[in-house]
Amino acid sequence: MTSSKWQFQTEQSLVESHGLKFDEFEKIVEGLGREPNLTELGIFSAMWNEHCSYKSSKFWLKKLPTSGDRVVQGPGENAGVIDIDDGDVAVFKMESHNHPSFLEPYQGAATGVGGILRDVFTMGARPVANLNALRFGEPNHPKTKHLLSGVVSGIGGYGNCIGVPTVGGEVNFHPSYNGNILVNAMTVGIAKRDKIFYSAAAGIGNPVVYVGSKTGRDGIHGATMASAEFDEDSEEKKPTVQVGDPFTEKLLLEACLELMKEEAIIAIQDMGAAGLTSSSIEMASKGNVGLEINLSKVPMRAQNMSAYELMLSESQERMLMVLDPSKETMARKIFKKWDLEFEVIGRVTDTKKLILIMNGKEEASIPINILVEDAPEYQRDYIIEEPSPIKEYLPEDFDQSEIIPNLLSMIAHPDLCSRKWIWEQYDHMVMADTVVRPGSDAAVVRVHGSNKGLAISTDCSPVYCKHNPYEGGKHAVVETWRNLVASGALPIAITDCMNFGNPEKPEIMGQFVECIRGMGDACSKLNYPVVSGNVSLYNETNGEGIYPTPAIGGVGLIKDLSNVKTISLKGEGNYLCIVGKSNNHLGNSKYMTIIQKKEDGGTPTINLDEELANGHFVLELINKQLVMSSHDVGEGGILIAVAEMCIAGNLGLNIDEDKEFSHRYFFGENQSRYLIEIKQENFEQIKQLAKSKNISFEKLGEVNQENIRINKSNIIKVSELKRNYERGISEI
Amino acid sequence: MKTHVVVFPGSNCDRDVAVAIEKIIGSLPKMVWHKDTSIDQSDLIVVPGGFSYGDYLRCGAMASTSPIMKSVIENANKGVPVLGICNGFQILIESGLLQGALMRNSSLSFICRDVIIKPTNSKSIFTNKSKISKMPIAHNEGNFFASDDQIKKMEDNEQIAFQYCNENGDINDESNPNGSIKNIAGILNQNKNVLGMMPHPERAAENIHGCEDGKTIFESILN
Repeated sequence: MTSSKWQFQTEQSLVESHGLKFDEFEKIVEGLGREPNLTELGIFSAMWNEHCSYKSSKFWLKKLPTSGDRVVQGPGENAGVIDIDDGDVAVFKMESHNHPSFLEPYQGAATGVGGILRDVFTMGARPVANLNALRFGEPNHPKTKHLLSGVVSGIGGYGNCIGVPTVGGEVNFHPSYNGNILVNAMTVGIAKRDKIFYSAAAGIGNPVVYVGSKTGRDGIHGATMASAEFDEDSEEKKPTVQVGDPFTEKLLLEACLELMKEEAIIAIQDMGAAGLTSSSIEMASKGNVGLEINLSKVPMRAQNMSAYELMLSESQERMLMVLDPSKETMARKIFKKWDLEFEVIGRVTDTKKLILIMNGKEEASIPINILVEDAPEYQRDYIIEEPSPIKEYLPEDFDQSEIIPNLLSMIAHPDLCSRKWIWEQYDHMVMADTVVRPGSDAAVVRVHGSNKGLAISTDCSPVYCKHNPYEGGKHAVVETWRNLVASGALPIAITDCMNFGNPEKPEIMGQFVECIRGMGDACSKLNYPVVSGNVSLYNETNGEGIYPTPAIGGVGLIKDLSNVKTISLKGEGNYLCIVGKSNNHLGNSKYMTIIQKKEDGGTPTINLDEELANGHFVLELINKQLVMSSHDVGEGGILIAVAEMCIAGNLGLNIDEDKEFSHRYFFGENQSRYLIEIKQENFEQIKQLAKSKNISFEKLGEVNQENIRINKSNIIKVSELKRNYERGISEI
Repeated sequence: MKTHVVVFPGSNCDRDVAVAIEKIIGSLPKMVWHKDTSIDQSDLIVVPGGFSYGDYLRCGAMASTSPIMKSVIENANKGVPVLGICNGFQILIESGLLQGALMRNSSLSFICRDVIIKPTNSKSIFTNKSKISKMPIAHNEGNFFASDDQIKKMEDNEQIAFQYCNENGDINDESNPNGSIKNIAGILNQNKNVLGMMPHPERAAENIHGCEDGKTIFESILN
């Protein structure tokens, strides 16, 4: 391998198999002043891959709003932290485990959950809720059933055992995921504001302690694998998938939280992607210090492990800490009580280098700043493609007599049907603080020992994003915001999980740039900043990229749990009303994709001023106790939202006959709308209030006992809808 | 009233049941670590749900040999009320305090949802206030089995505590979530001071749970 400056000893194939480009290798040599040895090459490979370095995305991610009154910690730590009053904080993040889950769905999904849980309890928070955002290929694709059942049991297997409820999430199906599913896992934890733990190492001479499971040869190069595209031979990469042990994680969780009650931990970092490498380097870099690690001391599961293997293993359920030396004995006792490994493997130094020793021999010596600050960062070329044009559809474009049959087909479709088959496999009630179970707009968990709660929701519409990445990015943010509002929560902040194809393709990079721009605009307008996140690129198989999928997880605060709202209709005779304008946008709706089987007509646009005003109006009504139930109008439009409310409440609705009897009215997906159930006697008062605030508000119909009635020849029994709704996913 | 909750590595409903006990019985239970060897003077010992030792072997098998179980068994034999919930039920069976076996759910998957149960024996210390109740289940291995002889003896001795049923109290296949023989959801030992049950009363113990039927178990003990 040669360049204009150097004649390298290192084989080109070795560099390439580490996922490093020629100019990146040059940069390493320049930084070190020599060629790296194999261990060092492995370390650079692990730190500079897309997954760990964010080299393609960093420049754009910086454009997202990340600050706000309630933001305690924005992006850059293990998880984001927001203030939820009374000295409490919520700690949360969402992360992808896409590539491993496609190779080995059970373990891939399980270790995804394990990893995100660790990110949250590393910061001193007790995890209180897990959620997920899942995308699979077409329902009838030969792999979908296997992947869906594997992922669901993996998520359940891990979360159920560790005893953190899996309270919500989303799943949808699209051919663009046939060869590359998405598994995004989110964890929310609760801590005290004055007891948050960070990763910056400090105190020259302080012990660096390894705790948790032993290190084996599993998951070596996992993060590098996750930064490459798939092809036919990807099955061969299965050995890079880690194996999860939720029982050990439960012990690690309890031991860490027990130790965190003492003033013993100076810094702590979980060993996630790129294991010991990224954890030690992040701790050193954040603390602006060096670390010297004696690898012979690392607890090993296999014999004769090399320095290279130890540094790159992604064995699960491990943590690295810097301890106050006077607390070492006490800390050791706690970990022994929980039957976990506890080993001092190194010291904090003032060299600002990562120095690795094994069997008395120096295996690596790398200045930390070369690894971190000097890591490659790219402003990749991008092309912003013209969004698909918006089309107007007329009532006579589709056969109106089909509206009720269409409703039945849509509600049974895997994208819209009940997810009960999935969430019944998740323990969603352990910890006994679940207030709103899966199946509503947002899940709600109580903050233990108080009367307040957190509402949490995950969302994204990849079809919207594909056809208009800017509006799609806005939508993903706004949809979670709306879900939180509909549940009665004050939305506070989001975490994002950016799943895209190969960023080296300008059109993919263009999708990324536009989604970020849309998200940023929505976050700014709604005062709903990004506090944590993760980027997963190269989601491609045989050169075919997934649809752009910026999955968003939103968290909101409910100050008084008696104000929680669910989607289930409450009483006969109540009015169901629509907040927000209905302007009949049918493009790229579920009606188009499910019934017309095409993506056409353009993505709906969002007026963020209206969005904000409508949301605040709904919250005001909820806080005035005027709302019986509420639901945002999302995928499938008004009629699907009505059906979901009826099914959940075992009640029906007489829809007023003045409504336009058309597909575009009943299935149109224009944005910023809610359905709210109110008492008849409050209708005039609310109408006046809406008028005074210039909010569009109208009655849709009146709640009845058993059917949805559009007019005298279009009636459907709710029990029949329910049968179709519940059949759905289990039939895949 | 002095109560104890046993904590194994991997228990995860220990706190939930302690919260319910404090709310309903009025005093915090003492948490007993699995490596402890004795429980003195107890009015109620709870073996909580979870995944003791990860349940990588047969559920409850490892926990049943834990140091503390010797004392739990001694107390049970002395007549101290012992309540095993979910994984706790599995542990009590493995330790020989209760009969039968808990196999994998007939659906072969984990099930978390509300079920309805009715007290078959409504006179025991755990069930004297019970009625038809709604409570959540959350388990993978709750499919109760015992031989015909054992079932006959249990029935004759009124050891069947709860059966899964529908809202009207009818015991049928549709209301059986996991394939348990005779829809059995909970059983008592011969002396009726040990109860094992799959449903989680601690998850139906306050307003926010949406149902408070689980309180009756603890209220019965108080009675």
